[in-house]
Amino acid sequence: MHIDKDLVAASATPLVLGILAEGESYGYAIAKRVADLSGGHMEWTDGMLYPLLHRLERNGLIEASWGRSPAGRRRKHYAITLAGREALAERRAQWEVVSAALTQAWEAVARPVPSGPAAAGGLA
Amino acid sequence: MDTATSLETQIARWRDYVHRHRAIAPADVDEMEDHLRERVADLTATGLDDDEAFLVAVKRLGRLDSVSREFAREHSERLWKQLVLVPDGPDGDGSPAARRELAVVLALAVGAGVAVKLGATFWDETVLLRNVGLLVAPFLAGYLAWKRRLTGRTLGALGAAFVALGVVLNAYPFDPAGSTAALAAVHAPVVLWALVGLAYAGGGWRSADRRMDFVRFTGELAVYLVLIALGSAVLVGLTFGLLGLVGVDLEPVLERWLMPFGVPGALLVAAWLVEAKQEVVENIAPVLTRVFTPLTTVMLVVSFGVLVSAGGLTTVDRELLILLDAVLVLVLALLLYSISARDPLARPGLFDGLQLAMVVAALAVDAVALTAMLTRIAEFGASPNKVAALGLNLLLAVHLVRSGWLTLGFCRRRRGFAALERWHTSYLPVYAVWAAVVVVVFPPVFGFS
Repeated sequence: MHIDKDLVAASATPLVLGILAEGESYGYAIAKRVADLSGGHMEWTDGMLYPLLHRLERNGLIEASWGRSPAGRRRKHYAITLAGREALAERRAQWEVVSAALTQAWEAVARPVPSGPAAAGGLA
Repeated sequence: MDTATSLETQIARWRDYVHRHRAIAPADVDEMEDHLRERVADLTATGLDDDEAFLVAVKRLGRLDSVSREFAREHSERLWKQLVLVPDGPDGDGSPAARRELAVVLALAVGAGVAVKLGATFWDETVLLRNVGLLVAPFLAGYLAWKRRLTGRTLGALGAAFVALGVVLNAYPFDPAGSTAALAAVHAPVVLWALVGLAYAGGGWRSADRRMDFVRFTGELAVYLVLIALGSAVLVGLTFGLLGLVGVDLEPVLERWLMPFGVPGALLVAAWLVEAKQEVVENIAPVLTRVFTPLTTVMLVVSFGVLVSAGGLTTVDRELLILLDAVLVLVLALLLYSISARDPLARPGLFDGLQLAMVVAALAVDAVALTAMLTRIAEFGASPNKVAALGLNLLLAVHLVRSGWLTLGFCRRRRGFAALERWHTSYLPVYAVWAAVVVVVFPPVFGFS
């Protein structure tokens, strides 16, 4: 299933913040986690993750620090900040409203195609 | 082992390619390389070989142009090259070398200021004006010599040249009201600038490239000086106004302290800025030449028309020659700076044609006025001023004729661009020699009058 570009873009920030709220992580691990969470449906262009992380860092929602990978390579780790947690809570509330509204609106109509609504549920 | 090295080569090549995107900083490349390697490792674990894994991993990173655009949106400041005056070292402090350079520049700037101040205290105005370049230039040359780590021999030669010039300017029995003294004062800075050029080239003054670099340095220095002067004027004006409100007159301080220290200081600081930002900002002087070449051509064509139709050129004297020299110097500077910034491999284009038109127009104006002048000199005899102005005019005319000829050859694709470049750089020392002749030979020949 292909998920619309705008939808991916809109969900990217809360998704990354949510993943980092689970604990400190780094670029590739975040990308992999996104793939896991969406069952492989949310295909990001990997390169786009980094400008997003830098934007969140600049806005003070996450913090970065340079460390080393087990293999000894330079690796940038990201951790969520207090402001990030607040932003996440707010985004989450927004998404819940949207999700609830969509669910109610769609209850009335028959489901058009038989594929699952997993992505929408997993994003909140 | 072989596949591992081929993967390393591919990653190195990829890094190289990503580096060319200015919006992506080296640290970001490190970050993305880590990502790439992790992805490759995961993919090889599922059974792909290194090459396939690398291809897939790169593909998944996305089109570099769009990623780079995204980086640019987030880090717009990276597209503006930044001038870091005291660059951060690895620990976040300013690097000691940069700090030391700044200290040296400031010390030399103060030194030049003290020299000028002492000169102003002990000499009268005409002697000071004749020597002021000599008071400042050694400090500038000293900075460049320090930066280039000149050898003792070059330093000795430079010092000897400065001393010799000082002796000539002050030991000659100039007639205070005579024109040879004024000519020496005007031409000494050219000689001094050539000496600064020697320090700049760091011994490699025979190299055409180093000479062209010095030309670029001169242009950027002029631009920086003008900017600093504008800024200072605003600052001084505001201070004047503020202190004027409480009835304090700043003028004596300005004359006695601000000018003697500020102007030489600005020169050294400007030189340091040009050196510091060499690779940071695009050169501005060549941009100005692009704007002014067509405008100058129009100005020259109009002047030509007016001069030819007016006819009465015999009534004007050396002012005409001096004005003409100024016009030719302007044309030459425009030519030189656009050449200094031109891609030597680019094919002849519209702008080269425009330059040729400008050179032809300048030479036409020069020819008209020069005939008038020569008949006048034949009639009334030569004075030091006229000979100096005429000599410079001839030098400039030769320079322009030959560069016009070479530009024509280049536009008709008979010749390479390199010939034009080489002509300019090899002709430049002629001006220094001529200036030295005016300073050293003219006064005795014309009896110091």
